[in-house]
Amino acid sequence: MNIQPLQVAGIAIALLLAIVVLALIFQRSQRTAIAFSFTISAAASLLAALAGGLCVARGSVSTVTLLLGLPDLPFTMRLDPLAGFFLVVVGLLSLFVSIYSLGYVRGYLGQRSITRLAVFYALFLAGMFMVILANDALFFLVAWEVMAVASYFLVVFEDERVESRRAGFLYLVVAHVGAVAILLSFGIMAGLGTGFSGFAGYSFDAMRASTLPAGWATAAFLLAFFGFAAKAGVIPLHVWLPEAHPAAPSNVSALMSGVMLKTAIYGIVRVAFDLLRDAPWWWGAIILVLGLLSAVLGVLYALMQNDLKRLLAYSSVENVGIILVGVGLAMIFRSFDLNLLAALALTAGLYHALSHALFKGLLFMGAGAVLHATGERNMERLGGLIHRMPWTAALFLVGAVSISALPPLSGFVSEWLTFQAFLLSPSLPQPMMKLLIPMGAALLALTSALAAACFVKAFGVTFLGHWRGAPLARVHDADGAMRFGMLLAAISSLALGVFPPLVIDWMDAVTQQLVGMKIGSPVGGLGWLWLTPVAAQRASYSGGIVFLGLLLCIPAVYVLLHIRPEAIRRVPIWDCGFEKLTPRMQYTGTAFAMPLRRIFGFLFGIKERVRPVAYPGRSAYPSRIGYSLRVRDRVWSWCYEPIALVCFSLARKVGRLQQGRIQSYLIYSFVTIIVLLVFLR
Amino acid sequence: MNAWPFFLEALQVLALAALAPLFAGWVKMLKCWSQGRTTPGLYQPVRDLRKLFAKEVLMAENASWIFRFTPYLVFGTALLAGGVIPILSIDLPLARTADVIVFVALFAIARFFTALAGMDIGTAFGGMGSSREMTIASLAEPAMLMAIFTISLGSGTTSLAQIVSSIQSGQLLLRPSFAFALLAFVLIALAETGRIPVDNPATHLELTMIHEAMILEYSGRHLALIEWAGMMKLSLFCYLGIAAFFPWGIASSRDLRALGLALAALVLKLAGIGAGIVLIETGLAKMRIFRLTEFLGAAFLMATLGMLSFFILE
Repeated sequence: MNIQPLQVAGIAIALLLAIVVLALIFQRSQRTAIAFSFTISAAASLLAALAGGLCVARGSVSTVTLLLGLPDLPFTMRLDPLAGFFLVVVGLLSLFVSIYSLGYVRGYLGQRSITRLAVFYALFLAGMFMVILANDALFFLVAWEVMAVASYFLVVFEDERVESRRAGFLYLVVAHVGAVAILLSFGIMAGLGTGFSGFAGYSFDAMRASTLPAGWATAAFLLAFFGFAAKAGVIPLHVWLPEAHPAAPSNVSALMSGVMLKTAIYGIVRVAFDLLRDAPWWWGAIILVLGLLSAVLGVLYALMQNDLKRLLAYSSVENVGIILVGVGLAMIFRSFDLNLLAALALTAGLYHALSHALFKGLLFMGAGAVLHATGERNMERLGGLIHRMPWTAALFLVGAVSISALPPLSGFVSEWLTFQAFLLSPSLPQPMMKLLIPMGAALLALTSALAAACFVKAFGVTFLGHWRGAPLARVHDADGAMRFGMLLAAISSLALGVFPPLVIDWMDAVTQQLVGMKIGSPVGGLGWLWLTPVAAQRASYSGGIVFLGLLLCIPAVYVLLHIRPEAIRRVPIWDCGFEKLTPRMQYTGTAFAMPLRRIFGFLFGIKERVRPVAYPGRSAYPSRIGYSLRVRDRVWSWCYEPIALVCFSLARKVGRLQQGRIQSYLIYSFVTIIVLLVFLR
Repeated sequence: MNAWPFFLEALQVLALAALAPLFAGWVKMLKCWSQGRTTPGLYQPVRDLRKLFAKEVLMAENASWIFRFTPYLVFGTALLAGGVIPILSIDLPLARTADVIVFVALFAIARFFTALAGMDIGTAFGGMGSSREMTIASLAEPAMLMAIFTISLGSGTTSLAQIVSSIQSGQLLLRPSFAFALLAFVLIALAETGRIPVDNPATHLELTMIHEAMILEYSGRHLALIEWAGMMKLSLFCYLGIAAFFPWGIASSRDLRALGLALAALVLKLAGIGAGIVLIETGLAKMRIFRLTEFLGAAFLMATLGMLSFFILE
C-alpha cells in the first residue's frame, strides 16, 4: 500500500479543524466535549507524527496546492524531511499531551466552560502543523498567526486573574513584533529575489531558486532571526516566556514550551539552511553566541524561581539556547564547507529539539498534576509529594534526570553530540575561531551542571522532605489518563537516550537534505548500539550498555547484600540528635539556590531585606524576623525599561501637538497641504 | 570470541573495588605520619566497611524509595566507571561504551541522586549539603571539561583507551598544554572528591560538612555502600589522572607479564599520588565556601590557559 505522508498530515489538520465545530456542538455536555475533542486531537497528532516519521524515513519530498489563498498565490504545502522531522516533534508531544488533557481538563468541570479551551487547543495544534507544512510566505504567516492568536486565548483562559491577562498582553505584543519582522524578511526575499514582479516570489520554491545580493540576504536573515528568536524566547527577547507559559493551563504550557518554541527553531533552520543557502560564517556566530547566552542566563534565572512552572519556563529558554548552539555551530561549519561536521552539529541541535520537546512536556505535565492535586505552584509551600503522588513523582524524576543531561536518558545524548561538535572545531580554518569556539563548550558544561542543580532543587523541594503547606489531606495522585500521557513521554525520553543510533539513522534524511551529509551508522560502523558520530577511534557512546550496566549492577549489589534476610528498621529522624524538627526547618528553594545566587548575583537584580521586629523595650531580642527577597530579570531594566521610557517621552513630545483647539488643527492641515504642494508637485 | 578481554574487565572492576579502601587507608596512614600521630593501619577503611555491612539499617520514617535506591545507584555507577576506564589494560570490551565525557557524567548522575537523597528526609543539614554539593559541582564541571578537552584536543579523541594509547605511543615531550591541564585537573579532583581545601572528609562539625551532610541519615549497609563508592571515586579520579597524564605502564598487549607490570606500576603511582594528596591536605586549611569560587575559578583559568597554549604553541 502506498501511503502519501502529506495526505495523512492533511487529514490530521482537517480532523483538528473538525474539532472546532464538534466542540461548539457539544457545548452543552462538557464531559462529552472533553472526551471527543481530546481523543480526536490525540488521533490527529498521531497521524501527523506518523506522516512526518514516514516522510523522514523515506527521505521523500511532496507538495500539494490547496484551493485556498490569493488568486495569484494559492496556498501550497510541502512535506520534506525537515518538515517531517518537526511534524514528529510536534505530533509526538501533542499526542501525549492530548491523552493527558483527557484527565487534566476534567479539573475545570464545574468551574468554567471548557469549550474555549477545546476550540483553541485544536486550532493551536492545527496552526503548528500548518506552519511546518507551509510552502509559501503567505500561508506560513497565516498559520503563524493562527498559532499565535490561538495560544494567546489559551494563555488568558483563566482570565479572571490579572497576571494571566497581563501575560497574555505581553505575549501578544512580542508575538506580533516578531511576526512583523518575519513578514519583512519574507518581503525582502520575495521582492529582491524576483524583482518585484507579481506574487510568484512569495512561494518558498521561488525563494530557494533565487539568490539575493549579500547585503539584502543579511538583512533578510537578521529580520527572520529576530522574529523567530522572539518566538523562541532567545535572551534578550525572552521576557514574555516566563510570564505566558506558566499562566496557561498546564497542558497548554507543555505544548507551548515543548513544541511551540520548536516551530521557531524550525523557522530559523528553514530560513538559514534552505531559503537562504549561502550563509556567511558570522550568521552562525550570532546564533551561537546568543544561544550560549540564553543557555547560561536561562538556567541561572530558572534556578532563582520558586514557582514550579516559571522555573520550567525559564529552563525552556536555556534549552532553546542549547538547540541554537547546535544550529549555530552547524552554520559555521557549513560556511567553511565542513559538511560532515555541520551534519554532526545540526543533528545535535535537532536531537535536542526532539528530546527537549518530550522531557519538557513531561515536566510541565508533572507540574500540572501537582497543581491539579494541590492547587499550588509555589514549591516553597509544597514538599513530600513523593509519598502522596508516587506516580507523578517518579515520572517527573525521569524528566528531571533527562533535562539535567545525565546518562542514560535523552538529554545527555544531544549534549554529548554538541560536545563532540565543539571538539571538532579546531578543523576550522580561522585561528580566532579555533581559539574561541571551545570556550563555548565550557559554557555548555556550566549550563548542564547548573541545570542539574536546578532540577535537584525543583524535584527535591517539591517532592521530597515534608509537606510544607497548609495541613490539607486531600492530595491525590494523577488519574489514569494523566498518568498514561506522562508515562508515554517518559518512555520515549528513555528510548531516545538508550537507542540514539537508531534515531540518528532515521534523522539522516534531514541532514542529507540540508547539508548534504549524514552521520548515521555507515560512518562509525560499530553497530546499532554504539553512537559513533565521526569515527570509532574518535569517540563512541552506548546509552544502551550504560543503561544495561546500571540495570545489572544495581540489582546485583542489592541481591548480594540481601542474602541474609534483614528487615530495615524504621526509626524517627536522627538529624544529629535534634528532636524538635518541624517541616519549616527544611531547606527551602530560596535557601537551596542561595550559594549560586550569591556567586552569580551580579547577573540578577536582587533586592533582599531582613527586618527584625524587636520586643518592645528589649531591642536585642527580635520577636520575629521579616525577610523579603525579590530577584528580577536584569533584562527588564537593561533593555525594556529604557525602550519604554523613550517611547513615553517621544509620545509626550508628540502629544504637545494635540492641544484640543480646532484653530491649531486647521493650521496643521493648512501647513501640511502647502508642504505637500511645494514638495510633491 | 576471546575470553581475555572479559577476564580483564572483571579483574579491573575487582582491582578497583579492592584497592579503593586500601588507597584510602594509605592516604590516612600518610596523613597520620605527617602529623605525628599513630596510624590505625592500612586496613582501617576495610574494617570500617565490614563493620558497617554487618550493622542493622536504621532508616527515617519518612524516607522514600529514593533514599533506599541511591546507595545502590551510587555504587553501581562507580563500578561501571571502573569498567570503562583503562586501569590495568586498554584492551577492554566496555571501553567503547563510554568516553571521557560519559565517564564524568557517571559521577554527575551519582551526585544528582545523592543530593536528592540528602533532601529526602527533610532535615536542614541534608538540604544544606545538597545545595552546597550542587553549587560546587556546577562550578567545577566547566573547569573539569576544559581540562579534559585540552587532553582530547592534544590526542585527537575523547575515548579514554585511545587517549592512553596515543600518549603512550607519542614521544615523551613536555607539552605546556598538558602541564596546565594537569594543574587544573588536580584542583578539580580535590573539589570533586571532597578533599581539603574544599571539603573535609574527616569532619565532625555539621556546619562545615558538604558531602557528609547529605549522607548523615544513612546507616548500615547503605552507608557502607556510599562510603565504599566514595573511596572508589577517589581512586577513579586518580586513575583518570593516570590515564590522561601518566599512562606509562598500562598494558596494551595481551600477556600476563604486561599485566603484572601494569599492576606494579599502578601501585607505585597510587602510592605517589597518596603522598601528593597528603602534602596538599596538611599544607592547606579548609576554605570558606564562598572562597571556593576563586579556587575553582583558578582551576578554570588553568584549563583555559592549557587550551590556549595548545592552539598557540602546539
